[in-house]
Amino acid sequence: MLRARQQPLHPIAWWSWAGSLAIAASRTTNLLLLGLILAVVAWVVTTSRGSSPWARSFGALLRLGLFVVVIRLLIQVLFGDRVPGDTWFVLPSVPLPHWAAGVTIGGAVTAQAVIGALCQGAQIAVILACFGAANSLASSFRLLRCVPAGLYEVAVAVTVAISFTPQVVLSIARVRDARRLRGRATTGLRGWRGLAVPVLDGALERSVALAASMDARGFGRRPTSPRRRRLTAGATLGGLVGLGTGLFEVLDSGSASGVGLAVIVFGGALVIGGMAASSHGSRSRYRPDRWLGAEWAVLGAGLVAVAGVVAAGGSDPSALTQPLYPLALPAVPISALAGVLLAALPSVIAPTSALGRARLQEAVA
Amino acid sequence: MISFDRVTVTYPGAVVPALADVTLDIEEGHFALAIGATGSGKSTLLRCVNGLVPHFSGGRLSGTVSVDGRSTEKYRPRDLADAVGYVGQDCDATFVADTVEDELAYAMENLGVDAATMRRRVEDVLDTLNLHALRQRAITTLSGGQRQRVAIGAAFTAAPRSLVLDEPTSSLDPVSAEEVLASLARLVHDQGTTILVAEHRLERIAQFADVVVALGASGGTVRTGAPAQIFATADLAPPVVRLARMAGWFPVPLSVRDARRRAPELRHRLEGHPQPVPAVSPGDRVAGVKGLSAAYGPIPALSDVTLAFHEGEVVALMGRNGAGKSTLLHHLVGLRRPQRGSVEVLGHAPAALSAPEAIRLVGLVPQDPGALLCAQSVGAECRDGDREAGLAEGTTGALLESLVAGVSEDSHPKDLSEGQRLALALAVVLAPEPPLLLLDEPTRGLDYGAKERLSGQLRQLAARGRCVVVATHDVELVAEVADRVIVLADGEVITDGPTRSVVCHSAGLASQVARILAPAEWLTVEEITRALAGRTPGNEVAR
Repeated sequence: MLRARQQPLHPIAWWSWAGSLAIAASRTTNLLLLGLILAVVAWVVTTSRGSSPWARSFGALLRLGLFVVVIRLLIQVLFGDRVPGDTWFVLPSVPLPHWAAGVTIGGAVTAQAVIGALCQGAQIAVILACFGAANSLASSFRLLRCVPAGLYEVAVAVTVAISFTPQVVLSIARVRDARRLRGRATTGLRGWRGLAVPVLDGALERSVALAASMDARGFGRRPTSPRRRRLTAGATLGGLVGLGTGLFEVLDSGSASGVGLAVIVFGGALVIGGMAASSHGSRSRYRPDRWLGAEWAVLGAGLVAVAGVVAAGGSDPSALTQPLYPLALPAVPISALAGVLLAALPSVIAPTSALGRARLQEAVA
Repeated sequence: MISFDRVTVTYPGAVVPALADVTLDIEEGHFALAIGATGSGKSTLLRCVNGLVPHFSGGRLSGTVSVDGRSTEKYRPRDLADAVGYVGQDCDATFVADTVEDELAYAMENLGVDAATMRRRVEDVLDTLNLHALRQRAITTLSGGQRQRVAIGAAFTAAPRSLVLDEPTSSLDPVSAEEVLASLARLVHDQGTTILVAEHRLERIAQFADVVVALGASGGTVRTGAPAQIFATADLAPPVVRLARMAGWFPVPLSVRDARRRAPELRHRLEGHPQPVPAVSPGDRVAGVKGLSAAYGPIPALSDVTLAFHEGEVVALMGRNGAGKSTLLHHLVGLRRPQRGSVEVLGHAPAALSAPEAIRLVGLVPQDPGALLCAQSVGAECRDGDREAGLAEGTTGALLESLVAGVSEDSHPKDLSEGQRLALALAVVLAPEPPLLLLDEPTRGLDYGAKERLSGQLRQLAARGRCVVVATHDVELVAEVADRVIVLADGEVITDGPTRSVVCHSAGLASQVARILAPAEWLTVEEITRALAGRTPGNEVAR
């Protein structure tokens, strides 16, 4: 099962694996299941991520997820719906006028309210962690390299925008430093007001330099007519939007509705058509990521997790939720747990980090 | 290979042309070096070659520029991508991809080169530019010299027969600069590439050139010729050439190696002439750091640094890109709070002071002096400076006039030459009379004339009791201006001592004159001139 080649896995394989786990997480508030998904994602990230700077994005999104949980709990305790149940403690409540119906401040805080909020917060945190994992395993830059030729210009714009944000942060720091060196305010409204113009000025200069460098390296040198290019780009983009909407429709309702399926088929056809039409372009691609057995395995591992969760929900919908009335420990849906556990398979298929290799050798020995 | 026929370029809104009636011809396989004072149109000349001027910049170009037989009139820059590679001044702003390999392949992808050829050429370029160990690395994690080599590689993978580079070594430490130049030399020797480089710092590059294109002031006359011939008379010349002229060596040697063959005779003449001793001994302590440590995330930037700075001394701070020079300056000026250890300037912790209080104690001119300037005109900038520092109106303006004469009040700071912009930033920082003045890499983009003026100004400030600390890669500036050199490596102080002993005993930091005359310890051409004329500043003081 080990991969001999140096090249990392196809980014789409990683993104669809992480996406599948996010979908699985989005269908359950069972803390046991959510915890297992998080553990699986974290395990695969530690064993399989590379050493690039964006490999650290998993940690950042994990922290963001923790923040979300805390905020969700705070909001629930302070302003949330007064959920009936076993009261833990009572906060002093502030009476609000009748037009503010639905919003309360303070009041009785029940175990059900807190645990319900915790489960919802945890769900969002796990979905964020999945996104972080995708970014750590295959940067969004690498994902963008896979877009069909018809969307090439769009992808370049997005790539530049992504790399632009950290530069703006740096540039803000530089301008703030410069203001302090001139003895000017760096905080407060006056400080911020003086920032905008120099920062935008710097951003503009950099953009022009980048455009010159891209032009000098042959960007935009294509014999195809602009009209044909617009047409194929439009078809591909429209198709992708259709595909996304259809998938959302199907996933959201939980059952394959006729409309959703039709939109998926139509969108898919548009994308394939657009890609076929644009592949005649004159660009070539350096070391395109290959889609081999390992990619199929990683994709499959993600799908197994979704299937397990869906199957568990089909046989017993309550198994996927946290029981609140009465409060109880979450159920143990065997098929869902098995599916999610199988999703840890990529850590064996694609261990690229030194840590992962060391662990694997230990396991083999 | 690259030819200009009566080319005149006028930018939109400009009255004077940036290039006037330029005719030149660079033959295939030559290494051409464009020299000229700041504002003489070097960048414009370079950007004409692949058509960025006028296709990208706007403006009017008359005459014909052609490269590899293709005229820029008919071909846009993107259509010339396979004929000429262009590497701009600030390479950090030009990267498109995130990893080295992808960046190298970018131009070929645009040209539609087939996959097999692409892989072969990427491997070739990785080898030629010595980048193979970095192929998978993210560009943001590379050092300055490595990034510059990636930028050159990215322009070169499309297999252009010419390469045009705008100041490729100006922001690099001596060793990285050497690496980049060695890579360029390899492209010329092994692949027969035609190269046109514009550069201010001629010390290292002059010996590589086959042809020198000397631009006169403000796009006027252009002279093309063999290096020895041009440098025999050019105003802009590296120390080795000035030494040769002074000693009467002909033909003029361009490399330290050539000059060393003639050196014994000069060393003999210098025997018995004592080297000048520092005229003033440093005064009271102005500032100091004690046990200072700092880190950016997991990466240590300074570790346990203890230093003191005194009145009346010029201190040079040297070390590789990323050795912690800027971090130390940022601590001294109070932009960063010490994580461990302490920083004091005349008994105050600069980071604890308010901004208006801090500028009276310590001033910093950052790497890009333009960052300090945000008013719409020079006059407004000076008035802002006076008002914020609580000075009498006209103080900053008068100071600017004393630093560089004849800057128009109405001109926009962005339209000034590099030297004028540095002088304006210096005036703004110096107006509140801080006893400690810090400069971060001040000579980037300065020609020899502007650099000489800067050295003079820094010496004067020190003579008046200020303490001046300069972080720089420019060994010639250090030789000329510094009393004391501090060398940092990986955040630690490696050496701290008088300039003469540090500079003469270091392989990487020696000035050209020091290399030529070793083992005799001489630093600059001026010092030798004075010694042979029988008067050294040291003797004068002794009398």
